[in-house]
Amino acid sequence: MLKSIGKYFIMLGDMFKSPTKWRIMKNLIFKEIDELIIGSLGIVCFLSFFIGAVVTIQTALNLNNPLIPKYLIGFTARQSIILEFSPTFISIIMAGRMGSYITSSIGTMRVTEQIDALEVMGINSLNYLVFPKLIASITYPFLIAISMFIGIFGGYFAGVFAGYLSSEEFIYGLQDSFTPYHIVYAFIKTAVFGFLLATIPSYFGYYMQGGALEVGKASTKSFVWTSVAIILVNYILTQILLS
Amino acid sequence: MIEVRDIRKSFDGKEVLKGISTVYEKGKTNLIIGQSGSGKTVMLKTLLGVHTPDSGQIIFDGQDYAALDVIEKREIRTQIGMVFQGSALFDSMNVEENIAFPLKMFTQKTDKQIKERVQEVIERVNLIDANLKMPSEISGGMQKRVAIARAIVNNPKYLFCDEPNSGLDPKTAIVIDELIQEITHEYQMTTVINTHDMNSVLQIGEHIVFLKNGKLVWTGNSQEIMHTENPDIIDFVYSSDLLKEIRNFHNKKKI
Repeated sequence: MLKSIGKYFIMLGDMFKSPTKWRIMKNLIFKEIDELIIGSLGIVCFLSFFIGAVVTIQTALNLNNPLIPKYLIGFTARQSIILEFSPTFISIIMAGRMGSYITSSIGTMRVTEQIDALEVMGINSLNYLVFPKLIASITYPFLIAISMFIGIFGGYFAGVFAGYLSSEEFIYGLQDSFTPYHIVYAFIKTAVFGFLLATIPSYFGYYMQGGALEVGKASTKSFVWTSVAIILVNYILTQILLS
Repeated sequence: MIEVRDIRKSFDGKEVLKGISTVYEKGKTNLIIGQSGSGKTVMLKTLLGVHTPDSGQIIFDGQDYAALDVIEKREIRTQIGMVFQGSALFDSMNVEENIAFPLKMFTQKTDKQIKERVQEVIERVNLIDANLKMPSEISGGMQKRVAIARAIVNNPKYLFCDEPNSGLDPKTAIVIDELIQEITHEYQMTTVINTHDMNSVLQIGEHIVFLKNGKLVWTGNSQEIMHTENPDIIDFVYSSDLLKEIRNFHNKKKI
């Protein structure tokens, strides 16, 4: 375990050595943004909308005391979506979507000697393969911002159209006791999760050994460990940033 | 020319290469042969710089590889072309992009110059109507041609091939062997081929190095290997019953 952690950090350092020509790297970065971020938009929008809707319905059903103002449904939906559901829950889903793509694509390159081919040519394969993914992950917070927006919209849709509260109450709840720092906190978390999502699956793909079966096993391992890392880092960052 | 001087390499205390010395000459197809586990792959990877020898020297045209700094080593690596056993073509690129890759990475050529050079190499290896196809859409033989084209596109001084005709039918294998030999002569490269295919040995073996248990036990060429009395070579060359019968028949005829 300690050896693997050490190897992971060495990989992070080696990634910056012998950089690939900008002319090539630029295209690789755009390709990764397209594959990892733009390609995830559909599933993120779908999940966010329905998570937002379910959070709102459940809050509405649990806050059935007439003394509790209904706008709190909007307030709770906002807080849940911005603070946890969009940054953390979506990141865990992305550990499956982005993570398995990264691990299996790099792992397949390892199995089919494509990584050896890069190394023999004198190319730093870590820089060529992992660095563009890391840079693409800088745009990950944009994906989460869209998720927050769609999630809140999903909550509004479910709450208002099912008659749990009025449009004005929901919007009032969204604006009530709004703390801008919570957005900063959410995006700091998201940026760190983006880094983990790009590098942990790359580690499992790059250092995998064996054949096609091991590519599948490496993808599963990568999902598990990326999720574990996200949950742990989420706890640590919440403790540091919000306590 | 690549000169190998007394190289030794161990893994976890087990010596895999035991003091090998040989010379791979320019413009010749140099073959490393031997049974599985004889150290062929380690030898090739050590020549390529993937493994660092524990002792000994590898000299590329007078330059001791181990003594070079990082930039000089990279310079040598850019002069190396490699054909992998499974071709190792980049899945995400089409044939043309695969071949153009080393030019884009290591030269300052314009897109037009790159396209011209790629087309020239494509024609040289007889790849017809495959420019825009993906590696998964072409046959194993064509993949090998693409791999050869990619290996030679940047005019390398050294060409390394790891079992270049594995997985190919005997006819295509001969075509690929001949192509490698023709290119070696034409471009005057130092070509080193790792193989255990006897057809290749007889077809293109201009300089053959036979390894057994990490030791060099025999050197010669395709003519000499057929007439040697070295028992290890006889055991390797005539490993099948059919070949043993042919050898016995010839020996009886001689008597």
